[in-house]
Amino acid sequence: MEHFDLSLVNWSRAQFALTAMYHWVFVPLTLGLAFIMAFMETIYYKTDDEEWKRITKFWMTLFGINFAIGVATGIILEFEFGTNWSNYSWFVGDIFGAPLAIEGIMAFFMESTFIAVMFFGWNKVSKKFHLVSTWLVALGANLSALWILVANAWMQYPAGMYFNPDTARNEMHNFWEVLFSPVAINKFLHTITSGYVLAALFVIGISAWFLLKGRHILLSKRSIIIASVFGLISSLFLALTGDGSAYQVAQKQPMKLAAMEGLYEGTERASLIVIGALTPGKEYNDNKDPFIFKIQIPKLLSFLGYRSSDAFVPGVEDIIKGEYTYTDKDGNQKVALSAEQKIEHGKIAIQALADYKNAREAGDSAAMAYHRKLIDENFEYFGYGYLNDPNSIIPNVPLTFYSFHIMVGLGFLFIAFFILILYLIYFRSFKINKWLLRLSILMIPLAYIASQAGWIVAEVGRQPWVIQDVLPNVAAVSRIDASAVQVTFFLFFIIFTTLLIAELRIMFTQIKKGPKDGGN
Amino acid sequence: MIDTTFIFLQHYWWFIISLLGALLVFLLFVQGGQTLIYTIGKTETERTMLVNALGRKWEFTFTTLVTFGGAFFASFPLFYSTSFGGAYWVWMAILFCFVIQAVSYEYRSKPNNFLGARTFEIFLFVNGLLGTVLLGTAVATFFTGSQFSVSKINLTNLSNPVISSWETPWHGLEAALNLHNLSLGLAVFFLARVLAILYFMNHVNHDQINARSRKQLLYNAIPFLFFFLTFVIWLFIRDGFAVNPTNGLVFMQKNKYLLNLIQMPVVLIMFLTGVVLVLWGITKSLLKTYTKGIWFTGFGTVLTVLSLFLIAGYNNTAYYPSTFNLQHSLTIFNSSSSKFTLTVMSFVSLLVPFVVAYIWYAWKSINVKKIDEEEIRTETHVY
Repeated sequence: MEHFDLSLVNWSRAQFALTAMYHWVFVPLTLGLAFIMAFMETIYYKTDDEEWKRITKFWMTLFGINFAIGVATGIILEFEFGTNWSNYSWFVGDIFGAPLAIEGIMAFFMESTFIAVMFFGWNKVSKKFHLVSTWLVALGANLSALWILVANAWMQYPAGMYFNPDTARNEMHNFWEVLFSPVAINKFLHTITSGYVLAALFVIGISAWFLLKGRHILLSKRSIIIASVFGLISSLFLALTGDGSAYQVAQKQPMKLAAMEGLYEGTERASLIVIGALTPGKEYNDNKDPFIFKIQIPKLLSFLGYRSSDAFVPGVEDIIKGEYTYTDKDGNQKVALSAEQKIEHGKIAIQALADYKNAREAGDSAAMAYHRKLIDENFEYFGYGYLNDPNSIIPNVPLTFYSFHIMVGLGFLFIAFFILILYLIYFRSFKINKWLLRLSILMIPLAYIASQAGWIVAEVGRQPWVIQDVLPNVAAVSRIDASAVQVTFFLFFIIFTTLLIAELRIMFTQIKKGPKDGGN
Repeated sequence: MIDTTFIFLQHYWWFIISLLGALLVFLLFVQGGQTLIYTIGKTETERTMLVNALGRKWEFTFTTLVTFGGAFFASFPLFYSTSFGGAYWVWMAILFCFVIQAVSYEYRSKPNNFLGARTFEIFLFVNGLLGTVLLGTAVATFFTGSQFSVSKINLTNLSNPVISSWETPWHGLEAALNLHNLSLGLAVFFLARVLAILYFMNHVNHDQINARSRKQLLYNAIPFLFFFLTFVIWLFIRDGFAVNPTNGLVFMQKNKYLLNLIQMPVVLIMFLTGVVLVLWGITKSLLKTYTKGIWFTGFGTVLTVLSLFLIAGYNNTAYYPSTFNLQHSLTIFNSSSSKFTLTVMSFVSLLVPFVVAYIWYAWKSINVKKIDEEEIRTETHVY
C-alpha cells in the first residue's frame, strides 16, 4: 500500500491487503490453539481428571469464537484471486489453483467435519473418538495452511513450471518441485510456528489475567505450563525457520532482502542491522546516508544470507544497476543485468509471444520455432516487460525494514519470555510476580503485531511482483473500474471492522466469565 | 493428434465440478432454513432449536462452496478469471452474503455480541435469500450466456494486458435482470426452503415445529415447482450454445439442451430419476407423517442438478457462453488446466470417497438423536 492512490492496481492491492491482514488476525490463533487444546484433551483422556476437561472446553469456546470469523475472511481471499486479479488467475491458474483445490478436498472438509464432533460430540461420541476429532481439527487447520502457503511460496519463487506460448500461460510440469520447494518448506514451517507462538502467548496472557484476579488458579497454572513449553519449542523453531526463510530470500529475492535491511549500496562482509532509523525520503541514488542511526553486527548479514561472512550482499542500487556477480539457481556464477536490461529482455519476450501467435495463425512453423526460442531465452525476465521505470522494482523500503525488525525483535523477546516463565515454574515454584503477569498480558498484542509484521515483510517486500519476475501487479489485475473496487474496499472495511469489534467483545465477555461450569 | 486422456480428464473434472455444484445446491437447505426461522419458530426456544439444527451443518455448505470455487479455479482457470473478474458485482454480493453468515451462528447467542441476536438472525435471513437467488442466477448464465470477451493475445498488449473483459458496465448485475436466470434463482431459493423444511421434519423432535413445517412445505413446494418448470421448459425450447467438434466454432443450435438430454440417455435417466425423487420426497411428506422425505428430495436434488450441469458442459456444448462474441465462449476444452495439472488433481480426487466416508461417519455419530428442547437446555455449546 505504499503508493496509496485511486488507481485500480493500488485499490485492488489495498483490498487484498485488507482482507489478508484481517484474515491473519484470526488464523494464527486457530492454528496454535487447536494443538494446545489437543494436548489438554489428551491429558484429560489419559488421567480422567475432570478439571482438564473443563480447561479444554474453556479454550475451545474461545477457539470457536475466533474460528468463525477466520472462515468468513478466508472465503473472500480465495475468490478475490478471481474478482480482482483475473489475469493472474489465468496466467498461473494451472499451478496456483491446484494447491487451492487440494486444500479444499483434503483439509477444509476434515476441519469442518470434526469441528462439529469437537463442539457437539462430548456427550454423543466416545472419549477416544472425541480426542481423535480434536486432533483432526488441529491437523486439518494446519493442512489448510500448508496448501495456501505452498501457493504463496510459489508466487515468491515460481518452481516446477514452464511457459506455454500456445495457451499463453504458465503450466506445471513437476508437482513435487512446487510442493517441496525450499521456499515453500520454510514458509510453511515459519508461518505455522508463528501461529503456535501467538497461541501460546494468548493462553499465557489470559491465564495471567486470571492469576492477577485470583480466579481459576488451577486452570491458569496448568494452561501456562502447557503453553509455555509449546511456546518455547515453537519459538526456537520459529527462529530456525526464520533464518531459513531469510536465506531463501537472499538467494531468490535479493531486492526484498535489501529492503529488509535498508541496504542501498551492496558490500562484502555486510553487517546486520540490529536496530536503526532510516533517513526519511531516501532515494537509492541520492548519496544520503540511509540511516539516521544504527546498531549493527559486522559480517552477520553476509553470513546469514549466503553462509559466508565474506559474501557480497547486493543493495538496492546494485540491483538497479546490475554488474555484480551472483550465483543462479543452477549454481552458475553470473553477472547481474541492470533493471533496464531486464526490462528490455522482458519486452523482447512479450513481443516474441505476439509474433509467435501471429506465426501460428499464419501456419509458419519456422517463424514459430524462431519466436519460441526467443521467448525461452528471455522468459526469465518476462514480467519486466510490463514495466517502464527501473525504479518501479524497488518496494517500500521503510515499511519492509521496520516490519522486519519489529518481527525479529519481538521474536527474540518471545523466546526470552518463554524461558523466563519456564524458569519461574520449575525453579521458583510458579512464583510469578505481578509485573510479569501484567507483562504476560501485554505479550498478546505484541504477538499479533509481530505476526502482521511478518506478512508485511513477505508481501510488501516482493512488490511490484505478484509472481516474482514473471508477473507484476499492473499486468495481473482485473479490468474493472477503480471506483468499483473502492466501494467493495470500504464495504469490506466496515464489515470486517464491525465483526472484529463483535468478536473482541464476545471474546472478552467469555474470558471474564471463565469456564462455563466454574472450575478451580 | 487427439489426446484422449486429456479429453477424458477434462470430462472427469467437469463431472467433479458438476457433482460439487449439485452437492452445494442440496446443502443450501441450510440457507433455506435460515429464511424460515421466524416462520416456523414462534418462541425463542423453538427458534434456538431451528438455528442449532442448521448451525451444525452450515460449515459443510460453506466448505462445499469454497471447494467448488477452488476446484473450478484449478480445473477451469479461464472460467475463474473470466467470470469472477467480469461479473464482479454479482460475485461480490454472493461473498458478502456468506461472510455475514459465517459468524452469525457462533455469535448470535453469545452475550455482549455488539450487534444483538436479532441482527445476526437478519444476517442469516439475508444469506438465505440473496445467497440462494444469486447463486442460482449465476449458474443460469451457463445456459443463457454473458457479455464478455476473451483474447489471450491481449497479454502482449503492454498498456492493457487483460485477457478477459466484461463488455457491459453492469459487471454481472445484468444477469439478475434476465427472467430466465431469475427463474432458476427463485427455483433454487424455494427448493432450499423445501429441503430445509424436510430437514426440520427429520431432525427436530418438536410437535409444533413439525406441524408448522408440514404446512410450510406446501406453500414452498408450489412456487418451487412453478419456477423450476418455468426454467426447465424454457431451457428445453431455447436455442443452445453448441460447439462444432471439427473446427471448435460455437454456433446456436435449436433445442440444444433438450437434445443433449436425449443424446446422453444416462443423463436423461439421471434427470428424470432426480425429478421423480424430489417430487416423491415432497409428496410423501405432505400426505402423511413421514420424516425421511429429506433423503429422497435431497438425493433427487443432487441427481437433477448434476444432470443440468452435465448438459451445460458435455456433448459439444459451450458451458460459459459469450453473447458478446460466440467464438469467445468457454468450453471444457478451451478453458481447462493442462493435462499434467488435471492428472495430479485426479490422483488427489481419489481421496474424495474417503472424505465422504468420514463425513458420513461423523454426521451419523453426532446425529444419533434428534434435537429437542432437553438438548438445547443441557448442551454447553449452543448457537
